[in-house]
Amino acid sequence: MTEMYIPKEKLAGVVEDLIGRQRVYGPVFDGAYHNFEEIKSAGALDLAYSNTRLSAKGLFHPHSERMFEYSLASGDPEAGVLKETEKDYSPRVVLGMRPCDARALKIMDRNFNSPQYGDPWWVKRIEATTIVGLACNAPCGTCFCTTAGSGPFDDSGLDAMLVDLGEGYLARAVTDKGSALLSQISKGSAAPADAAQKADALRRSAEAAIGLQFDVGSITGKDSMELFNSPIWEEIQFACINCGTCTFLCPTCWCFDIQDETHGEHGDRIRIWDSCMFPLFTLHGSGHNPRQNKAQRVRQRFMHKLRYYPEKYGDGIACTGCGRCVRACPVNIDIRNVARLMSSSACVRPA
Amino acid sequence: MKNPYLPYPVRIDSIVTETEDRNLKTFTLVFKNPEDEARFAYTPGQFAELSVAGQGESPIGIASSPTEKGFIKFTVNKVGRVTSHLHSMKEGDVMGVRGPMGNWYPWETLEGKNIVIIGGGFAFTTLRSSIVYMLHPDNRSRFGDITVVYGARSPGLLLYKDELAAWEQRDDIKMHITVDGCSDPNWKYNVGFVPTVTKEKAPSADNAYAIICGPPIMIKFTLPVLTDLGFPPDRIISSLEMRMKCGIGICGRCNIGSEYVCKDGPVFTLEKLSKLPNEY
Amino acid sequence: MRAYTEKIREAAKRLLSEKRVDAVIGFRKGSIPLVNEPVLVKSPERADELYWDGSCGVNLANYLPKRTDRVAIVAKGCDSRNIVVQIVENQIQRDQVYVLGAPCHGMLDRRRILASLKGREPTSVEEVDGQVRITGAGFEETFSRSECLQENCSICIHRNPVISDEMLGEPVAEQENVDRYPDVAKVEGMNPDERKDYFEEITSKCIRCYACRNACPQCYCPTCFVDESRPQWMGKTIDPKDVRTFHFLRAFHLAGRCTDCGACERACPVGIKLRQYTKKLEKDVKEFYGYEAGVRLDERPPLDVYRPGDPENFIK
Repeated sequence: MTEMYIPKEKLAGVVEDLIGRQRVYGPVFDGAYHNFEEIKSAGALDLAYSNTRLSAKGLFHPHSERMFEYSLASGDPEAGVLKETEKDYSPRVVLGMRPCDARALKIMDRNFNSPQYGDPWWVKRIEATTIVGLACNAPCGTCFCTTAGSGPFDDSGLDAMLVDLGEGYLARAVTDKGSALLSQISKGSAAPADAAQKADALRRSAEAAIGLQFDVGSITGKDSMELFNSPIWEEIQFACINCGTCTFLCPTCWCFDIQDETHGEHGDRIRIWDSCMFPLFTLHGSGHNPRQNKAQRVRQRFMHKLRYYPEKYGDGIACTGCGRCVRACPVNIDIRNVARLMSSSACVRPA
Repeated sequence: MKNPYLPYPVRIDSIVTETEDRNLKTFTLVFKNPEDEARFAYTPGQFAELSVAGQGESPIGIASSPTEKGFIKFTVNKVGRVTSHLHSMKEGDVMGVRGPMGNWYPWETLEGKNIVIIGGGFAFTTLRSSIVYMLHPDNRSRFGDITVVYGARSPGLLLYKDELAAWEQRDDIKMHITVDGCSDPNWKYNVGFVPTVTKEKAPSADNAYAIICGPPIMIKFTLPVLTDLGFPPDRIISSLEMRMKCGIGICGRCNIGSEYVCKDGPVFTLEKLSKLPNEY
Repeated sequence: MRAYTEKIREAAKRLLSEKRVDAVIGFRKGSIPLVNEPVLVKSPERADELYWDGSCGVNLANYLPKRTDRVAIVAKGCDSRNIVVQIVENQIQRDQVYVLGAPCHGMLDRRRILASLKGREPTSVEEVDGQVRITGAGFEETFSRSECLQENCSICIHRNPVISDEMLGEPVAEQENVDRYPDVAKVEGMNPDERKDYFEEITSKCIRCYACRNACPQCYCPTCFVDESRPQWMGKTIDPKDVRTFHFLRAFHLAGRCTDCGACERACPVGIKLRQYTKKLEKDVKEFYGYEAGVRLDERPPLDVYRPGDPENFIK
């Protein structure tokens, strides 16, 4: 099954059927914001949303995660030996993920699943998950996905995509996983003849609404060291309060810390989200800190997203233009302005 | 799938206090599961995460050489939470080792070359690994002259004193041991800072590579000496230290520019470093 | 309040060209509606970037600690109180700071306005005659200003700066007979289990990003207790016990120091009502010691002085 039409009045039934077969996640309104949560009944799912407050990364790379457990009990022959913690990797489907967040997973996958090392928790969760996206008909003023190499109808990170045509959803499979999922759905019908045309019109108007907001090529084409040494950072960094909001809300910020937490004679090795905004992130045991100043940390975040990552992987920036950092920064540091400053700063890679 | 975060369980076989300030101890570790030793195949210059359940992990250069079988060695400076705890552990205790990690000194490139090793203080661990490796009968003929300049603040702060003395006796390695200052009338080696001694002994740059590890101040003043001796930046090799957690290029904290010190390093040529931000 | 813009620019040009100060801390117009960006202006030529309207909620006192230069700073009532606390706590010297006092009518609550727009996105916001006109694609809505204020602003009793070197306008009328603590009284009326549930629910969304701490002008410790590793006082996860420990300890550290400027709530990306913690302590400090934070330069916060007559009936 590669394409079908789901009338809106049948969506709840479709979701209930899916819940019976696997774990189902989707956007849920918590009274203030939408966030991804497990859907236990179809009524909880709310697809009439712009985007979730926290990105979808937490479904694959949760804020706090038990990696291993250990015993410190005297007399335990296995004391001090780390054991893997049991996890649920049963199949699940995520409904309604926006294309920007799904593309972000592809970016993070480069980090968590390199040819040399696979992060087992990440890899298993990605394998267990079928992602059904929801195309963006009405992007926000803070969206710049089209600039960042994605788009409101970008299906590159999706297994299947829904397009809201008003009375119902056009569902299209993108991968084999996606078409396997669509074939589970019995309540769909054949797509109306004009559905594809309607979807295409929606895509074009959404893309046009976002437009191009800065020029990625003029940043990635610059000499890295000259950009690093540019005076723009002094200007950019002032307002920053070095909180972790931008990094924690960002769908592509993957950095984490590892800690041991002991309770009595047992404990866990855990990992938790960390942030390049925090001074502790790079503090050496000796007290030396290579990024001890706010300006250095602010520069690191933008350089990583817009210059280092493209340099390392040669395929676009580590940003999908979801706009969360723009909307949530308490002091209005806007990555689009930073990018414009980076691309206009007078340092071009020497020939 | 092998979990790269899961340490191999090891038993502490012996602990040697290396320096008179008692801040450096060498731990000889033996794998609890003998088959893990083969999985932990390493090359001089690499490091590993030493793991203590309940305390955490600390990235430490591997001080043993792959030519030494049946154990691995780490010399640990007492600095933070994990290393302080390690210093309180006893022979027979169980801990973990994760690795090997990072790149290594470029042994294939170094083959047939004269090697100048310059070390300072406790940053002599992977240099010890390298020396033992090169001096092994299977390997010695692969390298030309080997010259070592190794300095510490005082004689009591030199690492691996017995081995240093043994290497002094050999004719296939030129040793220049030095201390910043010394009140011992029987001290028979050099007195002076590493850069000065390097300048005096003037190892030839012909067909040579320099490997330099030590405190930043020593490196800062030795690099111009090496340059004067004719070592180009692509023949000066160093190893960086950074705060690390995962050790495998995933957790994100140890980057300098686009490079992760844990995975793309810790070994860099001076030429490479000159093109990267100095955030280390 | 837009009228301040010209006065701020004029003062900045004058102070910078007369070399009375090395820099001016103010706002420039934000890149999106309802939030402006703090800015440091160092030359008179750039003074025209400075801007003022009802979206200048960020507490600029947060940018003062550890500064070594002489700075002018635009200060609302709450900012000025935080500057006073910082002077009292020796984080900045009085003669380093040139306060441009901004009598305040309260700041707009971006979160509240966005919620009342129910998903429609504003593209421009105009404040005229006590009203806020919001326009977006295909809609225009007008609210009365009082419907749009941050909650701490609507119960504020120090709208005029408590210290200033120059005022940007005539003092505004202070609000009188304000009941500052109806919500605190409600929590005080709960039994311990209800109270515990109440606070657990408030922080259940916390992601430990520390925006609340970093936005707070009084959270200037070189190393926060939460970042200490030897000893490590608390865990770093989003387990409720770690989250609870963080928020309670932080709040206690602000007892007698918090000015209810609302910076924490404004910064929180997940909408935690952090003032529910600090307001209770503010109320207690007021009742026990008759003390309001940041009002007087000649009085130390009650929790760092001992007086033989200090009340102790709350020690159980």
